[in-house]
This record gives sequence, structure tokens and C-alpha cells, in this order.
Amino acid sequence: MKILVALKQVPDTETKIKVAADGRSLDPADVKWITSPYDEYALEEAIRIKEGKGAEVVALSVGGDSVKEVLKNALALGADTAVLLKGDGQGDAFAVAQMIAAYAKDKGFDLILCGNKGLGGDNAAMGPMLAELMGIGQANVVVKLELGEGTFKAEREIEGGTEIVEGALPAVITAQKGLNEPRYASLKGIMAAKKKTIEEVEATPATTGAQISALALPPERPAGRKLEGDAAAQAQALLQALKDEAKVF
Amino acid sequence: MTSMILVFCELKDGQIRKPSLEALSEGRRLADAAGKQLGALFAGASCSGSAEAAKYGADVILTAEGPALTSYSSDVFAAVLADAVKSKGATVLLAAATAVGKDVAPRAAARLGAGYASDVTGLSMVDGKLQAVRPVYAGKAFATTSFASGVQVATTRPNVFPAAEKAAAGTTETLAVPASDFKSVVKEILAKASGKVDLSEANVIVSGGRGMKDGANFKILEELADALGGVVGASRAAVDAGWGLPHSMQVGQTGKVVSPTLYIACGISGAIQHIAGMSGSKFIVAINKDPEAPIFKLADYGIVGDLFEVVPELTKAAKTMGIGTN
Repeated sequence: MKILVALKQVPDTETKIKVAADGRSLDPADVKWITSPYDEYALEEAIRIKEGKGAEVVALSVGGDSVKEVLKNALALGADTAVLLKGDGQGDAFAVAQMIAAYAKDKGFDLILCGNKGLGGDNAAMGPMLAELMGIGQANVVVKLELGEGTFKAEREIEGGTEIVEGALPAVITAQKGLNEPRYASLKGIMAAKKKTIEEVEATPATTGAQISALALPPERPAGRKLEGDAAAQAQALLQALKDEAKVF
Repeated sequence: MTSMILVFCELKDGQIRKPSLEALSEGRRLADAAGKQLGALFAGASCSGSAEAAKYGADVILTAEGPALTSYSSDVFAAVLADAVKSKGATVLLAAATAVGKDVAPRAAARLGAGYASDVTGLSMVDGKLQAVRPVYAGKAFATTSFASGVQVATTRPNVFPAAEKAAAGTTETLAVPASDFKSVVKEILAKASGKVDLSEANVIVSGGRGMKDGANFKILEELADALGGVVGASRAAVDAGWGLPHSMQVGQTGKVVSPTLYIACGISGAIQHIAGMSGSKFIVAINKDPEAPIFKLADYGIVGDLFEVVPELTKAAKTMGIGTN
């Protein structure tokens, strides 16, 4: 079994967002970059499949040299090989999906795993787009995955519950929190990763579907009002305010 | 042929789902602004209930019906959406950013070679092209997205766009169902026992954090939520604390992103992770013992106090004031 895990490098959750001078991109100064947390669930799942039934795990990321950090980390955690697809990995989901599809198409992957969304862009689009471009099935926002002989059974989050999606392999599965508990890299893994090389491949040119034309910080919320008195008085005052001022009720 | 704005609508128990009505209403508004027709698209074993779309402004109601569409399948439904866009010459395809919408819309976009904007909170037509505003970086910024493609696909965040009735002709048309080999299909839906609305669609959310001290204490939040006609959520700290709260309750960056009219945060300090999920709420109330808790910076109304005293008082007051009977 051959598994591709697509990983994205994203700004750390705690990063204070500043808009660059161009008015449409993130100011990269002081940004700490991490592997998107949802991609960590995807990678962990791939490694567990490898440990359980045997598999070759290929970690892939689209971007420039800085993205090698993400791939080194994946190798330390247990990916067998790593591929840096040299292209714009921070841009449009459709363009990224095309680049990955062009790379993966003739490589014989049985399973493609990625996060259900990349932290930051939050488009939740790359996985399903990749599945469509490759002409294979998909299950998104998956919290449980079982593999059969050439088939998969996935439980995915929906409103008010979950649903079971079944389909044939190869397929794209996008991971959600709850799928597993990602491990930390061991010293042994980190040392072993140092000996491994990252394959660098020029991405096939892709067409852009959508682009950010302006990036702006949200307007400040006006200062709130603290309610006075004991618990009963505060409760009364709050509901009255919600009724009269906010007109919530 | 006047070009069309097409809105994929979901039916549940023969009724159009509320997020779909919101997308449809927004579609009507855009169609009016751009002088386009509005089409409402339905797919399933049966599309009874689709006629309701005329009340929300659909000039044309397109239905794809058949046994092949009994169960939801991303690849088959994406084909239905893409075929409808092509056959009607639509330039804009909208869907609600629901579990199904976020599954099928990007797939349909890829099939059409179209750009896609997910979970948008604002839409406009600029020089005949769609422009979308969407929260990025966990709501810490808003991105205006423009499309390079001729066809433009977007999903609308539930609870953001008002559902507005506006009668239209609602002429019906039947679409052919594409042949398919079902690359993946939904076999079973495992719904939670409670018949309450999902957090992502709720109008009122009462949420608890670490300050709740124990999962059993969420009962007082349930009581307040019931009194206000809302549902209960939780912060990541509470879900991860091992109190037996399911991840489906989690509001935040790795949980649900919610946009209710009223969000009451009880014993929640206001970590960035949590704010990412609820900063789109219209009114925020914070109840916390710690006057320095960051959540107060975000709150429209703050109560510095013991939630175990304040919450039951709120429930009591809501009942006596006859609030939230909606």
C-alpha cells in the first residue's frame, strides 16, 4: 500500500496577523510557521496504517525551501520519503490541487491523506478538488477510518452527528480532530530523518481559480459594558439589555 | 440567454434547510444587482418541497431526481452541480457552507475548472464578477477574494446572510441524472439523539469552558440554553479536560465555527483558539470570575462573577420574563 500525505505549512495559531504593504498578503515578519494541525492527524493516520498493515508513506508539501521544515518533521515522525513540490503552496487551493494531482497521477497511490482544512486559509477545498482532479472518491472531515481490500469506510462529521462514507481506493481522506492523537517525534526518528533526503520536483504550472485581492483586519469591537450588582441583578440587567438594546429577543 | 446565478439547495424532511434559504436569498440579492436570473438546484431521490424556493426568489427551480441520488455521493452530486452550471450557462454557483456544501462545492468547482471561496460572510458583484469576503487566519483577518475563472463558486456561512422571502415565478425544470460508478457514497447517518439544531446553525449558544469544573455542571448551561431556545457549546479546554464532552460540542479553530445572534461564554477565558470559532457572533456575553479574562475585551456585555450563581439566575430571569420562547 502506498500513501501520500499532503502537508501544508501555515502560520502558528498564536501569530499576530499583520497585513503586508501590498494590502493583500500576510506580513511574514515575526511569523512562526508550523505544520497545519489537521495535517498532523493525516500524517499520524498514515503512520498508523504503516505500522498496522504495512505501507509506504510519502510526505509531500508545495512551496519553497522553508517548507522543508515540514517535510523533515514528517520524516522524523515516520514518513518513508519526502517530496518538495516547488511552487506556490500558500496560494489558491485549486492551483495547489492541480500541482499535487499532476505529481500524484501516475505514482500508484492507494490513499491520499490531508487535513480537512489548512489553518489560516481555512478554505477546506484542496482535498475535494484533488479527488475530483484525480477522478477518485473522497471523504472529508473524517474522525474514523477503516481500510478494506481496495475499499475504505470513513466516519465523517456532519451537523448533529456523523455519517459513514464508503468507497473504493484510491481515495482522498481529509482528517479532522478526533481521528487520532498525533505522536511527537522521537530522538531516534529525528536522527534517522537527518540521513534522509528530500526529493525536489518542479511543480507543473497550474491555473489560478481565485485570489485574494485585499486583506484587512476586522473592525475593532466597541468596548463592552460590565453589568453591576449581585448575581440576580446582573442576570436581570443582562436580559433587559439583550431585549431592549441588542433586541436579541 | 440571461446568465444565471445558481444556488444548490439542500432538503431535509421535505423542507429546504435554513442555510440553503439564506444562500438562496443572497443569490436573489446578487441576481437583482447584476440583472441575472436566479436558479435553485435540488438533487435527491425526491425533491418534493423544492417548490418553496419560489417564495425565496427562484426564477427557475431545477430538480435532479432519481434512485441514483438516494444517498449523498460527493462525486455524483458534484457532477449534477457542474452539469447544471454548464447547461444553464450559469456564471455563479452558490451553496451553503454546510457539511454537504463544503464537501460538494469545491469538487464541483474543480470539475468546472472554477475558483472557489469557502465559508464566505460577504458577497458582491463587481463589474459582473463575483467578489467574496471571507474570514481567514481564524477570523484575525478578512480576505476579499476575486475569481480568475469564468464560473465562480462560493459557499455561504450559515447564520450570516438573512433569509428573506421574495416571490418569483419558480418555473420548474427537470435535469438528467448523470450516470456514475459511485466512487464514494454515504451509507449511514449516525445522528445524535438530541433533536436540537447544530451549533453551526444555532441562533443562541451557551458555551462553557474550564471554569465549569466538571462535565456534569454543563447541566446548568443546558437549562439556560433551553430557556433561551439555544444550544450548548464548549471550549477546547473543556472538551480536552476529559469531562466526557464530545468534540462535536467544541467551538473554536479545531472545532466548530459559529455565528449565532447571541453567544454566552461561561467560564471561558478567551484563548485565541476559542475566539477563532465564535468571534463572528453578533452579541457576545462573557461570564467569568476573572475580570482580566481576555474574553471581556470581546464581549458586548460582561458579568464579573461566579457563573454557578449567575447562570441559574439567568435561567430564572429568562423564565419570568418569558424570553426565548421562539
